[in-house]
Amino acid sequence: MSNVMILLKREFASFFATPVAYVFIGIFLILSAVFAFFIGSLYERGQADLLPFFNFHPWLYLFLVPAMAMRTWSEERKSGSIELLMTLPISTWQAMLAKHLAAWLVLGLALVLTFPLWITVNYLGNPDNGIILAAYLGSWFMAGAFLAIGICMSAMTKNQVIAFILSVVVCFLFVVSGSNIVLDAFKNWAPSLVIDTIASFSFLTHFEAMAKGVIALNDLGYFLLVTLSWLFAGLLIIEQKKAD
Amino acid sequence: MISVKNLFKSFGSFKAVDDLSFDIKPGDVVGFLGPNGAGKSTTMKMLTGFLAPTRGDIRIFDLDFNSQPKAIKKMIGYLPEGAPAYGDMTPLQFLNFIAQIRGYSGSEKQTRIQSVIQQVELQEVLDKPIDNLSKGFKRRVGLAQALIHDPQILILDEPTDGLDPNQKHQVRALIKNLAKDKIVIISTHILEEVSAVCNRVMIIAKGKLLFSGTPDELNRQSRFYGAVTLSFSYKADISELAELEGVAEMVVDPDNGNVTLIPEPNKHILHLVTAHVQRCKLPVDSLFVEQGRLDDVFREITQAEAQKEQVDIHEEQIDTQKEIAQ
Repeated sequence: MSNVMILLKREFASFFATPVAYVFIGIFLILSAVFAFFIGSLYERGQADLLPFFNFHPWLYLFLVPAMAMRTWSEERKSGSIELLMTLPISTWQAMLAKHLAAWLVLGLALVLTFPLWITVNYLGNPDNGIILAAYLGSWFMAGAFLAIGICMSAMTKNQVIAFILSVVVCFLFVVSGSNIVLDAFKNWAPSLVIDTIASFSFLTHFEAMAKGVIALNDLGYFLLVTLSWLFAGLLIIEQKKAD
Repeated sequence: MISVKNLFKSFGSFKAVDDLSFDIKPGDVVGFLGPNGAGKSTTMKMLTGFLAPTRGDIRIFDLDFNSQPKAIKKMIGYLPEGAPAYGDMTPLQFLNFIAQIRGYSGSEKQTRIQSVIQQVELQEVLDKPIDNLSKGFKRRVGLAQALIHDPQILILDEPTDGLDPNQKHQVRALIKNLAKDKIVIISTHILEEVSAVCNRVMIIAKGKLLFSGTPDELNRQSRFYGAVTLSFSYKADISELAELEGVAEMVVDPDNGNVTLIPEPNKHILHLVTAHVQRCKLPVDSLFVEQGRLDDVFREITQAEAQKEQVDIHEEQIDTQKEIAQ
C-alpha cells in the first residue's frame, strides 16, 4: 500500500473518530435542503432540475469547508504530532495530498448523501440526469478548491480560529471576484483584459457553467489547478516553518 | 555512525545551537544533559531531519539529509518531546498506522506490533483513545512507536519525563536492553538517569558542548568524588579528621552534623579514615564513600557564577566549623 493511501486512511478515519465528519455532513444536508426549498423555491418553480440546490453550494462551502479544513495542519502543529509525521519516511507532499484527499472524500460523501433530492425531482418530473451529474461533479471539484485554500491557511498557523478566518476571507475573494460588486469597481478604469482576468478567477463563473450541465475541460481544469496551486503553497509554508 | 560538524541553528537572532561537533558510534548510549532551553531538543530535531541546520554538516552512516532523507528516516526511531500522537486513535490503531508507514504488512506487521506492545506493556490500554490515557501510558505509546521498526538509531527526547519511579525504572531497563550495536541518544535533565543508562554524557548549555565523556569521568570532576561521609550518634571530637593525610577539606552539614571529608585529587582516604575512627573510638553510625555529586558538577559546568557562590558557602561552613572545633 502506498504511503498516500495509508495516510489517507488515517486522516479519513480521524474525521469519523471525532464528530467533525458527522457534524459537517449533517449541517451540509440540512442547510442545502433549506436553501434549495425555502430560498431557491425548488418546488414552486415547477421545473424538474436541481439548479436552485446547486446555486447555493458556493455560499455553503464558503463557511463549511474552511471549518473542516482548519484543523488539518493547525492541529498537527498544536499537538506537536507534526514532528512525528515529518520524521516518518514519507514526503511532505504525500502528507499534503493525503490530507486533501481524505477531506475531499468526506465532502464527496456529503454530496452523495443529498441523493433524496435527486430522487425527488426524478419522481416529480423528468430532469436531465446528465446535467445533474455534471453539476454534482462541478460542485465536488469546487469544494476541492475551497478545501485546498483552507488547508493552505491551516498550514500557516497553529491557531485553528485564525486558519478559519483567513480561509473564509480568501475563499470569499475567490467567490466574489466574478460578481458585479467587484467588477464594477474596475469597470470604469481598467482595461478589459484585467477585468476578464479577475472575472476568470471567480469560482462562481466556472461553477455556474457546470451547474447548467456544461462540463468544459477548462472549468474542471481550473478548479484542479487552483487546488494544486494552493496545496503547493501550503507545502512551501510547511517546509519553511515546521517548528513553530 | 553519526557525525556532526560545526552545527549551527538560529531562530531569528537567538542562537539555539552554537557550533556543535561530535561523533557517535554504534554501541554508544549518549545522554544529552543541559538546563532547559540549552538546545538539546533543537539538536535532536536536526538529527532526525525535522529541522534543517542554519549551517553545518550532519552525516548519518555517511548519508546526508539533502540527498537521501527517506533512507535516513528509515534508520531512526524518534520520540519527540512530550510524546505527541494522534489522540483520536487507540494505541493499537496508532501502532498499526506507524507500522504500515514503516513498510510492514501482514504477519510481520502483527509480530512487530505485538512485540513492542510487550516491550512497553501497553496491553491494558490498547483500545482506549490515546487522548484519554495517562501521561505515563502516552509516553509509552510514543516509545512503542519509536521502537516498532527496530531502528539502528534511537533518539528519545526526555523519555522518562512525567513517569512514576516504577515506570522510569522500566523505561531505563528497556533502553539498557536494546541491542548493543545501536546508537541511542536520550535527553534529560535528570542527572541520575545518565549514570543509570548512558555510557557517554554530553553537557550542552546555551547551544555549546561543554563536556563530553563517560559518566564516570563526569563524576571525577566532582570534588566529592571519593569523599568519605560519616554520621555520628553523638557529638564527638572530629577536629583531627581534617588533619588526616590526603584530606583536602572537611565539610560539616549544619542540619545533622554529618561530616564529609574531601580528598586531595587522586588520593584514597577511606583506609586512613577508618583507621582513625578505630583508634579514637569515634561513635560512627554510618560511613560511605561518595561517587561524586553530579548536580554540583552540572552546576559547575553550566553556570560558573553559581559555582562560585557555592564555594563561598562551603568555605563559610568550614570556617564556622573550625571556630566551633577550637
